[in-house]
Amino acid sequence: MKRTVRLHEIANARSGDKGDRLNIALVCRDPTHYAAVATQVTAERVAATFAARNPTRVVRFDLPKLAAFNFVLDDVLEGGVNASLGLDGHGKSLSFLLLDLSVEIAGASKPARMGKRQSV
Amino acid sequence: MEAKVFIGSAAGFAGDRSDAGVPVVEVLAKHSGPRFLMYETLAERTLALCQLERRKDPTRGYSPALDRLLMPVLKQCLAIGIRIVGNFGAANPPAAAQRIAEIAQSLGLRAPRIAIVEGDDLSGRLSATEFASRETGGKILAQSCDIISANLYLGAQPIAQALDQGADIVVTGRIADSALALGPLLHAFRWRTDDWDRLAAGTLAGHLLECGAQVTGGYFADPGAKDVPGLAEVGYPIAEIDADGDIVITKPAGTGGLVTRLTVIEQLLYEIHDPAAYLAPDVVLDVTGVDVVEIGKDRVRVTGARGKPEPEMLKATVCVEGGTLGEAEISYAGVNAAARAALAADVIRERMRRRAPGLTIRVDAIGAVSVLGNSSVAADLRASESEDIRLRFSAQSADTAQIEMLLDEVEALYCAGPAGGAGVRRRATPRLASAACLIERRYAEPRVTLFGASA
Repeated sequence: MKRTVRLHEIANARSGDKGDRLNIALVCRDPTHYAAVATQVTAERVAATFAARNPTRVVRFDLPKLAAFNFVLDDVLEGGVNASLGLDGHGKSLSFLLLDLSVEIAGASKPARMGKRQSV
Repeated sequence: MEAKVFIGSAAGFAGDRSDAGVPVVEVLAKHSGPRFLMYETLAERTLALCQLERRKDPTRGYSPALDRLLMPVLKQCLAIGIRIVGNFGAANPPAAAQRIAEIAQSLGLRAPRIAIVEGDDLSGRLSATEFASRETGGKILAQSCDIISANLYLGAQPIAQALDQGADIVVTGRIADSALALGPLLHAFRWRTDDWDRLAAGTLAGHLLECGAQVTGGYFADPGAKDVPGLAEVGYPIAEIDADGDIVITKPAGTGGLVTRLTVIEQLLYEIHDPAAYLAPDVVLDVTGVDVVEIGKDRVRVTGARGKPEPEMLKATVCVEGGTLGEAEISYAGVNAAARAALAADVIRERMRRRAPGLTIRVDAIGAVSVLGNSSVAADLRASESEDIRLRFSAQSADTAQIEMLLDEVEALYCAGPAGGAGVRRRATPRLASAACLIERRYAEPRVTLFGASA
């Protein structure tokens, strides 16, 4: 049995910035979900999720011992916190854009959770 | 050899809570062994602002948060022997030391032994061209030669030296954030400077502490998914570190927040790029083999950091003038709000295209399309069903007149724009641009002096 969930249901994410580079740490709450997330949340898929910000490079670093991944996205912060005209120059809110992605995991399906947001 | 060293964090940035250190100090007071309280207060831009302050007044230029952060804990720290390490010296560590001595006196405390760490300031040591050729990941310095501040990130050894000299308080300028913890550990455990795995562990301890509550439930709560008890009184972290570099992260009992595998891992990876090669001045930290284990309520053990020899080059942050940032906002609410807001955006764009053709203007519709959107706001906005929209216009330029023109145009929407435009707020702020450079180690000349000792 498989079910589809939003990452928000099974994982944590935290954004950090250095200059014009954003990193998003993605941590599986239950380490048994690591393999499913590894297969489905690829660097390519994350690059597509952030396409509106035109990343020049997206790299995924894998941390199996921590059941975590570190995504590094280059040139997505409009020049960084000291140059961006936007309201989130640090990119601090962007971890929650990543958590909107859906993945298939093992288990019986549960009723869909409330809360729907348009993706960009 | 000490069995355990205790390091508490009382601030993760200059704007942090002034009462955060109080419960941390209460816990440290109950422990025996070397105890330290660290303060991280320097964001990339902060030092440039302090440098500007110092140019105006040579007795200033230290962190403006110094008084606010130290006042609540200084008495207890001096009485108990909790030693304070902070980068609140910013652009003027000697002036910060002077100020701390004054605070101690005004509180009727004994005169503390204050050590000053300098040698991070590169002003005048490299030319604008030399900095520009060392910039990484950008071309900011190629376009501007008016350097306001240039500081490299010192390592932990000067802090250890200062503590060796008996300092109660160590005041630094720019220094690697993690060195605020590694310095005390080098001092207490006498780790060799090529004991890479232990240096890595000390750097990791510093990394986990440097953002204050971000490891104890701050920057973490997400109701329903990740609930955090007592966030309003979140406890700041304390690390207990043994001579082998094994770390336990905890927080004061009775405070809010929580310390779990997940709060620790989120902070472990915060602002890290390659987890096998986190560059610090003293060591290259590899966290890929780290184990994070919950060993009790609000107690998490972190072990297995590995280190590699220190990088050849040191990072420096160089700040230059960035022009003026202009921001103006106006609200549209109620029936057909989205269409009226979209029309207002079109009006501003049309007028500014004619009046200031080169100026890039960003438009956000707060509550509808802003942080997650891109620049095509007007199109997205017409499709929005929101009936409570705050438009925000922003632009940046070295030409202040153009910025004022934009702000005036937004204000003029009151009478000449779409119906019902409300609540204009406008402001122009001077901006600093920051660049990262890689600098040869020979430019680092850390110096430790004791406040009041004759130079």
